[in-house]
Amino acid sequence: MSESVKKPILEVKDLKVHFPIKSSGGLRKKDAVIRAVDGISFDVYPGETLGIVGESGCGKSTTVRAIAQLTKPTSGQVIFQGKDLCKVSKHELLMARQNIQMIFQDPYASLDPRMTVRSIIAEPLIIYNKRHLLPKELSPLEIETRVEDLMERVGLNKAFKNRYPHEFSGGQRQRIGIARALALNPEVILADEPVSALDVSIQAQILNLLRELQKELGLTFLFIAHDLAVIQYISDKVCVMYLGKIVETSESVELYSNPVHPYTKALLSAAPIPDPEVERKRRRIILTGDVPSPDKEHVGCYFYDRCPNKMDKCKNHIPPMFTVGPHHNCACWQLEEKFPLAESEK
Amino acid sequence: MIDKNSKVILDVKGLKTYFKTDAGIVKAVDGIDFTVHQGETLGIVGESGCGKSVTNLSVMRLIQSPPGKTVAGEVMFQETDLLKISEAEMRNVRGNKISMIFQDPMTSLNPFLKISTQMIETIRLHEKNVSKAEALSRSIEMLKKVGIPGAEKRIFCYPHQFSGGMRQRVMIAMALSCNANLLIADEPTTALDVTIQAQILELIQKVNVEMKTAVILITHDLGVVAGMCDNVCVMYAGKIVEKAPTDKIYKFPAHPYTEGLIQSVPRMDKSGEKGKLFSIEGQPPNVIDLPPCCAFHPRCHKAIEGLCSRCNPPTHMLDEDHEVTCWLYGTDQEKSAALKEADARQASKEASK
Repeated sequence: MSESVKKPILEVKDLKVHFPIKSSGGLRKKDAVIRAVDGISFDVYPGETLGIVGESGCGKSTTVRAIAQLTKPTSGQVIFQGKDLCKVSKHELLMARQNIQMIFQDPYASLDPRMTVRSIIAEPLIIYNKRHLLPKELSPLEIETRVEDLMERVGLNKAFKNRYPHEFSGGQRQRIGIARALALNPEVILADEPVSALDVSIQAQILNLLRELQKELGLTFLFIAHDLAVIQYISDKVCVMYLGKIVETSESVELYSNPVHPYTKALLSAAPIPDPEVERKRRRIILTGDVPSPDKEHVGCYFYDRCPNKMDKCKNHIPPMFTVGPHHNCACWQLEEKFPLAESEK
Repeated sequence: MIDKNSKVILDVKGLKTYFKTDAGIVKAVDGIDFTVHQGETLGIVGESGCGKSVTNLSVMRLIQSPPGKTVAGEVMFQETDLLKISEAEMRNVRGNKISMIFQDPMTSLNPFLKISTQMIETIRLHEKNVSKAEALSRSIEMLKKVGIPGAEKRIFCYPHQFSGGMRQRVMIAMALSCNANLLIADEPTTALDVTIQAQILELIQKVNVEMKTAVILITHDLGVVAGMCDNVCVMYAGKIVEKAPTDKIYKFPAHPYTEGLIQSVPRMDKSGEKGKLFSIEGQPPNVIDLPPCCAFHPRCHKAIEGLCSRCNPPTHMLDEDHEVTCWLYGTDQEKSAALKEADARQASKEASK
């Protein structure tokens, strides 16, 4: 397989993002922290789409924000093109960001209402041009053509370039956001729930557009969603997150046909399928309780409180990642007997 | 589950609700009919702005007026027209006979009052002769029924001490505390996570079966409808375009819009099919300035040129319980008659100029 030869374009190693919260208490009391992301690692290979799925509050968004260095990680490494983005200088970070762009969730909040579409899409170009960071200096006219090309590429009429965001519908606004992300010809796009705010019919348009762009421009996507069907459709590999930890990671087809972690199983069984016949035959695993608050440090499995098959061991030992198959890893103690860890990993 | 002989408890006919805005009149709901039988779960599906919420707010007479007004139609509930009774009588219906669960559990509870206060108030408002202690014990019982652990203690908490799913449970408990015959759930799970969504849907289903409460479920999620509903209405731009039992609508979608909606969602159970998703072209219509006649024709992949944009589509029964409003099912006779009429209309318009 060519995959073993391929080098990852982006490596995340033991990334942690903790947010301090004020706690009531005496002077000695240490401030508590919210462990939004609590030690996750994964690799992203060029040209592929990695999907991150999980419920609200599991740290998916914080993960991508930490990769783009919009939130400074507490510890860990984000290695892009051989450099650890957590440690590089401001200048180098700017250079790296040229290749890592974001698409945001809410198309209503992520566009400046007082800027025209032209200035929104041209803004990254102008900023990088001014600092002489582009491979080739652009003239105002070239920027203008680039904006028009981008608008056409994402399916917007270029005659609308002088309009303001409020004149567009949600789907069109998301296209503007995509055009802006593409302006600098990035290699990696971090898409944070790009379709969850859109209507069903528009969602399909945007998903198709993203796949087309990926094929044409060879983009690498890190795609976040809470909708399991969307993630399955768009991703090559999937990470399932729970409470700031990755509980299972696998190739998309494998994960959906053979989920191993009890949380993944419950998540897949809970997602409704738009077919009454299939729906009637399915058995749901209904999890009890809610997602616990991420402000505690866990000594055992993060899923312990809600797990339907918890064991004594789970309470006091954090499960490591067991290798279930090629590219399929899962953190659950149940797998210990069947897929024992290699000596070196213990 | 619904059985054929159960009686009709809600019969909506020709309901029209318009809003007056500076930009013109918005026909949010424009002449829709549907019925709900006892014990039935009816799904109303559609995209944002298609009028599904306004339909149900009109049934409950909760449309703010001005700007909104229900201009025509009747809402027969247990042999009374809800649009004709006085406000005092209506208040007796709301919560008592028809209950509603709203989309956002974060904003529909009063943050200043304990859950106990809010629940007791609801019960005592509708049933005057219930004592406070009785109402409290009934509330606790309801909370237990909806699966809130430690209900005896939790009832004295404030809403912010509950999570989203728990708050939605409290809402459902409140909605059910008066033994309503009809429960209107307006996107009850949209703000919740999948695992919590599964819990809430199971709860609504349980209520539906055990208490024989009829449910109107408003949602945009076709998956939720597939698992929950007996019948489905598909709405587009203020009109019902297709109405059928759930199985039929998924198997033989007749209206191009329904077909598009069903095909445009990626399917989790069909892995490996990674072709291009079917997508409905264009943008949802601007409600102030709807396309003439069939509002869907500019986005329709099966539109008949010269017909769909000029003549109102007829409603046809494809089956005893499958209704669709689209020209694809019009007879040639109807088509030529409608075209003639449209020509005549145009001619008279030109003549008057």
